[in-house]
Amino acid sequence: MPNKIDELLHKPLIVINLGLKMFAESLEDQGVEVVQVDWTPPAGGDQELIDLLDSLL
Amino acid sequence: MAGSTTLTDMATGFVIRKNQYYDSVFLMGVNKRLSDAAGVQNTAVLMGSEKNKELLADLGVHAPQIDEAQPNDLIVEVVADSRQVVDAVLGDLDQALKFMTTSAPVSVWRTFEDGLAQKPGANLEVISIPGEYAASEARKALEANLHVFIFSSNVTLDDELELKRRASQKNLLVMGPDCGTSLIGGVGIGFANAVRQGTIGAIGASGTGLQEFTCQIHNAGLGISHAIGTGTNDVSDAIGGLTTLAALDALEDDPGTKIIVFISKPPGKKMLEKLLERLDQCKKPAICCFLGIDHLPDTHKKVKFARTIDEAVQWTIYFEDDGPAVSKPNLRPEELKWIKNERARWSPKQQYLRGIFAGGTFCYQSQQIMQDAGLEVYSNAPLEPRFALEHPDRSRAHTLVDMGDEYYTLGKPHPMIDGALRKQRILTESLEPQVAILFLDFILGYNASADPVGELLDAILEARQTASQRGGALTVVASICGTDGDPQDLDLQTRLLQEAGAIVFPSNARAASFCCKLLE
Amino acid sequence: MDIKQKIEKANEETAQRMIQGEPVLVDIAPAGEVIPGLQDRMILHSGPPIEWARMCGAQRGAILGIALYEGWANTVEGAQALLEEGDILLGPNHHHQAVGPMARTISKSAPVWVVENKAFGNRAFCRQVEGRQQFGEYSQEPLEGLRRWRDIWAPTLRTALAKIGGLDLKPIMIQALQMGDELHNRHSAASSLFANKMAFAIAQADMPKDAVLPTLGYITNHNLIFLGLAMAAGKAISDPAHGVEYSTVVTAMARNGAEFGIRVSGLGDEWFTAPAPSVDGLYLPGYSSEDAGFDMGDSAITETVGWGAFVIGGAPGILSLVGGTPEQALAYSREMKKITVATHPTYLMPALGFMGASVGIDIRKVVQTNIAPIIDTAIAHKDPGYPIIGASLVRPPMECFKQALIAFGRKYNVN
Repeated sequence: MPNKIDELLHKPLIVINLGLKMFAESLEDQGVEVVQVDWTPPAGGDQELIDLLDSLL
Repeated sequence: MAGSTTLTDMATGFVIRKNQYYDSVFLMGVNKRLSDAAGVQNTAVLMGSEKNKELLADLGVHAPQIDEAQPNDLIVEVVADSRQVVDAVLGDLDQALKFMTTSAPVSVWRTFEDGLAQKPGANLEVISIPGEYAASEARKALEANLHVFIFSSNVTLDDELELKRRASQKNLLVMGPDCGTSLIGGVGIGFANAVRQGTIGAIGASGTGLQEFTCQIHNAGLGISHAIGTGTNDVSDAIGGLTTLAALDALEDDPGTKIIVFISKPPGKKMLEKLLERLDQCKKPAICCFLGIDHLPDTHKKVKFARTIDEAVQWTIYFEDDGPAVSKPNLRPEELKWIKNERARWSPKQQYLRGIFAGGTFCYQSQQIMQDAGLEVYSNAPLEPRFALEHPDRSRAHTLVDMGDEYYTLGKPHPMIDGALRKQRILTESLEPQVAILFLDFILGYNASADPVGELLDAILEARQTASQRGGALTVVASICGTDGDPQDLDLQTRLLQEAGAIVFPSNARAASFCCKLLE
Repeated sequence: MDIKQKIEKANEETAQRMIQGEPVLVDIAPAGEVIPGLQDRMILHSGPPIEWARMCGAQRGAILGIALYEGWANTVEGAQALLEEGDILLGPNHHHQAVGPMARTISKSAPVWVVENKAFGNRAFCRQVEGRQQFGEYSQEPLEGLRRWRDIWAPTLRTALAKIGGLDLKPIMIQALQMGDELHNRHSAASSLFANKMAFAIAQADMPKDAVLPTLGYITNHNLIFLGLAMAAGKAISDPAHGVEYSTVVTAMARNGAEFGIRVSGLGDEWFTAPAPSVDGLYLPGYSSEDAGFDMGDSAITETVGWGAFVIGGAPGILSLVGGTPEQALAYSREMKKITVATHPTYLMPALGFMGASVGIDIRKVVQTNIAPIIDTAIAHKDPGYPIIGASLVRPPMECFKQALIAFGRKYNVN
């Protein structure tokens, strides 16, 4: 059975970067395939709305 | 068809292209690009309709050719600082009229699901979002069979444990939370340096610790197979080293790794036992550096213990290169000379050391080294509670400040990226006549500041100036953590520091030892 | 059924009603004749309700223009006095089954497009689009234009329309979307198709040359004429979708130059407003962002029913506004998919593989994803007396959707 951690160490990295853009950029600079995700918290981080959305959506 | 006029500080020109229809919104975009060019005061890019010709007239643009222009003719008018600019812009018109594809911003992806749709073959997710959301995002990634690198901190221990248990079941690696550095197959993730690939494997709960170790390995001519960050809390009793143990298994299995080095602050009691037992069974030579652990049970003979990162490097060379046995480094002749010279220039009042650190591990290791030398050192991140500063901003006697501590980084950039706060602290310390030594660290590599030394140079010079004006001299001791492959140019950074009068070392441990000698 | 299911069902119903809309141009008549509730000395304006004192420069200019045009005052100062004293009533278009682009002011003698939604029997009204008074210009020329519309062009078109028994707008719009229009700022194809049909109708109606020629000249030379029709069609399509209990779908988005407002199907007549965002985009020569007034108009009714910026992927001309690449357009269309309920089966974008227009903006999804709907809009000058100065992409303030969501929670007793 292929060991996934071994694969991580030996196969090319293909990265999803959630958050700080500079991390994606430094990976790109090293020739790594990466997609930048500009993540935002649900409901802009507003807890009252998050709770409300929990009941509605 | 074209025309032009030139006044003293203004030139105008226009061009009419007959029978060339362009969409009005497209032309507005072209107009913007032309008007953004250097030296251009005003531009108009319009079709020759009556209304547009009126608009041009309102702007003071008149010419018989413009009056005669038809609705299907394109009129381009430029007002600029000089004839040359006008000619250049109008000469470039064809290029400007090409459909603008290069300035378009790339599509923005907002969610993990978006990212996965874009890269369905992804095998790693790097997470640096606010801590309260990091765990649920990491969970999603593990569900999708991705390994995760979690830079975010402030994830609860419960969440961390649950994530690592889940990962364990799926044979996935969770590097973090609060993991700043990893080097996987030569690729630096997070704050990492350009390090040669080789046969030394490392596992670390400390980001800057891994950076320091991997840089020194590179600088010694060796190379790193992989350096796996585990996150600060991995070797606590609560988490039980789940990532550490998984990393250990992997490096043991990896044919490219010959020696395994482990770096962290002291682990929990139970964790330490567990780790040492596991390391005893390790098929490859293992070296442990638990910064600050004084005595280790003698029963574990196979594992080598290093008290500092530098010692870990020495042990590595011993195993890898058949190097000399590890010993306490002696001062080199020039270092003795420096000590003598610096001390001679201090005024009678000067007696204290102030360390202002970007790397938390450097602050910790330095305290450890100084304590070993019999010095009492205060800190905002002390080795023992009795040496805690009353307030992080107020130094006392010998003080080492970790500027990467949460108190300083809440809502502000980390000192590795931005030196503004460290600069302020240098100037503050320089106002105290009792300060003799300024102890600094500089960290190069990916994602660090583009010019770590440059950011603090003015402050260093000013601080030294202030001390001389008081009849003494400020000794500046610095360490640089970096390699010749790093984007910041290690040689240049070193030279700049030396030219500013600093004594520069390639390792924090040596710099700290030097400081101890200075204070003897 | 728990509340989530009720909402899903209601939203499905709302979106279906929008999708089923069958807009037909049935008449062009003076507003006073056809618009319900339009009183003698009343001017309808775009956006949510607002008083004269709070109106922005461009909107005031438009209203002053109408007061002069209707002959209620002979000078600008006179008109201003009437308005300050409250002698002229003001009300939102939306409250009278009407919509209008930019300041869009409707008064009793102004002929409006009358569009009937054959699927539900309701009607909606919109004034004709012209480039000057609606932006706040009230000099002689634009007012002359309003008079010519009232006295020559509209009546001629009315007669022609009666001759052919009305004009089905849906086929024109479907075709136009596949020809590079997006039905908010780009109407070249639709206007052309409309002019073709009306020219033929005019020819059949046998009217004197001095009415026919100027009218033909007008409709064949106006590549935004269809905006008025698209907006009336949007309103006619959206009105029957309003009032569905438990629905979280947006049925109106409108701006009055000071505020941006939305209405939600399941939340009755309430407007949820927030200060209008400033716009920045591309400008005509001589203007810059310093001159820009706030976003204005009811034309976002087009995005409300899935056109405009929602189908920007199919409009290469407008694409320049978003940077000009198909990737960017695709990104916007994909974004809108995340916050909407359904996909239209017949309004398609060939440039994006015949992807259907996203229909039914769901306030829950907007708040959760933090993605507000995208609108492409014309930019007015901040002071009255100027024509259009540019174009840009805007998003409504997230505040409107958050307020609406909280109101929904309160109305339906969600804890």
